[in-house]
Amino acid sequence: MRAYLSEWGFENDDGVGSLYTEMESWAQQQEKFMVSKLIGTNETLGAFPDQSGHFGTYGGRFVSETLMAALDELSAAYDLLQMDPAFLAELASDLEHYVGRASPLYLAERLTAESGGAQIWLKREDLNHTGAHKINNCIGQALLARHMGKPRIIAETGAGQHGVASATVAARCGRDRTVYMRGEDIERQSVAVHRGKLLGAEVVPVNSGSRTLKDALNEAMRDWVTNVDDTHYIIGTVAGPHPYPMIVRDLQSVIGREARAQFAERQGGLPDVVTACVGGGSNAMGIFHPFLEDASVRLIGVEAAGDGLQTGRHAAPLNDGIVGVLHGNRTYLMQDNAGRIAETHSVSAGLDYPGVGPEHAWLKDIARAEYVAVTDAEALEAFRQLNLLEGILPALESSHALAYASSLAREMRTDQHIIVNLSGRGDKDIPTMAKIDGISIS
Amino acid sequence: MSRLATRFTKLNGDHRKALVAYIVAGDPMPGTTVDLMHGIVEAGVDVIELGVPFTDPEAEGPVIQAAHERALRHSISLGDTLEMVREFRERDATTPVVLMGYLNPVERMGYQSFAEAAGNVGVDGLITVNLPPEEAGALTVTLDDHGVDPIYLLAPTTTELRAAKICAASRGFVYYVSLKGTTGAGGLDVDEVRSRVELLKAHTELPLMVGFGIKDGATAAPIAAVADGVVVGSAIVELMRIHEQDPVALKSAVMDCLAEIRLALNASVA
Ligand SMILES: Cc1ncc(COP(=O)(O)O)c(C=O)c1O
Repeated sequence: MRAYLSEWGFENDDGVGSLYTEMESWAQQQEKFMVSKLIGTNETLGAFPDQSGHFGTYGGRFVSETLMAALDELSAAYDLLQMDPAFLAELASDLEHYVGRASPLYLAERLTAESGGAQIWLKREDLNHTGAHKINNCIGQALLARHMGKPRIIAETGAGQHGVASATVAARCGRDRTVYMRGEDIERQSVAVHRGKLLGAEVVPVNSGSRTLKDALNEAMRDWVTNVDDTHYIIGTVAGPHPYPMIVRDLQSVIGREARAQFAERQGGLPDVVTACVGGGSNAMGIFHPFLEDASVRLIGVEAAGDGLQTGRHAAPLNDGIVGVLHGNRTYLMQDNAGRIAETHSVSAGLDYPGVGPEHAWLKDIARAEYVAVTDAEALEAFRQLNLLEGILPALESSHALAYASSLAREMRTDQHIIVNLSGRGDKDIPTMAKIDGISIS
Repeated sequence: MSRLATRFTKLNGDHRKALVAYIVAGDPMPGTTVDLMHGIVEAGVDVIELGVPFTDPEAEGPVIQAAHERALRHSISLGDTLEMVREFRERDATTPVVLMGYLNPVERMGYQSFAEAAGNVGVDGLITVNLPPEEAGALTVTLDDHGVDPIYLLAPTTTELRAAKICAASRGFVYYVSLKGTTGAGGLDVDEVRSRVELLKAHTELPLMVGFGIKDGATAAPIAAVADGVVVGSAIVELMRIHEQDPVALKSAVMDCLAEIRLALNASVA
C-alpha cells in the first residue's frame, strides 16, 4: 500500500493517501487566498488549476483508461502551443478577422433607465460569428486539433450553438465533423440541426438517458473512446476532465480581457459587478477570469432556477447541488441520495445541465464568486424586455444574466456599473418563444 | 487468502481458464438477479462482475446502457446492489463477486461506508470505470482496510510505463480492455491482443483477464489461449432484453450461452 501511494505521488508517511494530500493543498490554497484578501489583492487566484488539474478538491481527471493517453497528448500539445508565438498570433488573427472581435461593450441606456439604478453594460458576444461566445473556444481548439494532426472533430451540443460553432471551425480547417445533439425538443432546434448539416457535419440526435445535454456529452465521450486515434473532442464548456476546464477557460478569457480594457477606456477604473449565466460555465469563466484578482469586483454567476429552486425542477447545482463526479471531473452536481444524476429542467437548453465547471465550484467555496439563480419566467421577461428597450434579441441563456442584472441594478447607486455577458443571440429561441406565445410559425 | 486469490490459485492448479460474467444488478427485474447469479455459477462461471446501475454509463455501448436503464426503472441503487450480494452469499460463500460501476454512487455513499458495507456483505473487488489510479488514493486505502480489491483497467492506449504502475496498483486481477471502444463493440484483433498481453504479463503476477468483444466460444477460445481468462458482458446482457418478460427462459438462455463458452475454454487448454 505504501508503495502504491508513493508510486502515484501520494507519498506521505501516515498512509492516508491523496485525501490528505488534497486537503493539505486545499488548505494551503485557502490560506493563500486569505492572505491575498488581507493584502487587498487576489494575486494567486489566476494560477489554477494545479499540475494534476485540480482547483482545490474539484476538477481532476475521472475517465476510462482508454482516454488517459489522449488527455496527456492534449495537455502536452497545449503546454507547447500556449507559449508558441506563432500559435498565439494565428489565434489572435482568427479572432479578429473570422470571429469579428473585439466584441462591443455597449452601455444599455434605456435598460439602465428602466431599472433606475446602476449602469448596465452589455458585452456583446451575440455579435460574434455564429452568434455566441462558443466560437472563441472552438477557434482555439480547431488550431489544437490541426497541430495534433487529428483529421476529425466531434462535439456535443444542447442548444445547438456549440454544435454549430464546432462544425463551423471544422469546415474551415477541413476536418470531418460529427455533432451529438440533445434529442429532447430537437424539433424546436431544427434550424440548428439543418445548419449543422449545411456545414457538412453529421448531426446525431441523442435519445439515450434523459435526452438532454448531459446525454449528448456521454455520447460524444463514447465516440471519442472508439475513435480516439484520429479524433479531437471539442468540449463546449469549462467542464470535462483536465485539461479541458483550463483550455476552455483560457480561450474564453478573451471576453474578460476585452471587457476590462474597454471599460477602463470608456468609463475608467473597474466595474462593480460582472455577471453571466452559468450552464457548464464557459461564458461566465471567460468573463470572470481576468477580474479574479480585482478584489473590488463582485463576480456573480446566474444559474437556471427553472420552475423555482424549491420545486426541484431546475438546473442549479451550485445553488442546490451536492459534490460528486461526472463527465471527468469532481464538482457540484444535481443528484439524488443514491448518487444517481438527477434530471434537470430549464427553458433554455444550453443551461439544462446537472453539473458545472470545477473552477466555479472552487470559486464558490472560497467565496470569490457568488452564484444565484433565475427562474424560467424571470428569464423570459428579461428576454422580451431587451427586445423592446434595446432592440437586441438575446439568447434565453443570456436572458438569465440580464434578469438578475436588472433586479440587482435597482439596489445599486446610479454611479455604479454592472457588466453583463450577453453570451449569445436569440434567433435559435424564436420557435420556443412562439410556442409559449401560442403562435405557429412552421 | 481472499476469495479471488483462492479462486485463481485453484484455476491455475487445475489448468483452467477463468470465465468472468458481467450482469447489471436489477436487470431485467430486481427479483431475478440473485437467482441468475447462482445460475451462471452453475453454468461454469468463476467470477461474477455485478454492474451497479448508473444514470450516465459513459463507457458502455447501447446494449449495456439499456441494461442500466432497465435497472434504474426499478430504481436499483448501490445499496440495493450490496443487498443482492448479501443474499447471494447466503448460498454461495466461495464465488468471488466484483462490483463494476462509476464513481459517483460510491462517493455519495462515502468511501468509508461503502468499503465497510462491501466488505461485510462479501464483495471481493471493485472496478470503477471512471477512476484512474491517480485519483484513487483515498478510496484505495479505505478499500484495503476492508479487504476489497481495487481492480484497474488497462487499455490498448495505455503506455508501457503507465501499465507497469497500474499493475502495481491493482489487486485481485488485472483487466485488459481488448479494444478501443465501448462495451459490446466488435472487431477484436486477436494477434494484437496476444502481443499486448505478453507485454503486460511482464509487469504483474496477477491473473490477467481480457474483456470487450468476447461474445461466444469462438471469440473466447483464441483469447483464452493467451490470457488467464475472459470477461463476457454484452452477449448475456442482450439476452436480458430479449427475455425481459420471461425469467425462466432468460435463465436457461444465459446458462446455455455461458456453458458454450465454458466448453470452448476447456477445449482451448485440453
Ligand atoms: C448563448 C449561450 N450562452 C450560454 C450557454 C451556456 O454555456 P456556458 O455556461 O458554458 O457558457 C450556452 C450553451 O449552449 C449558450 O448557447
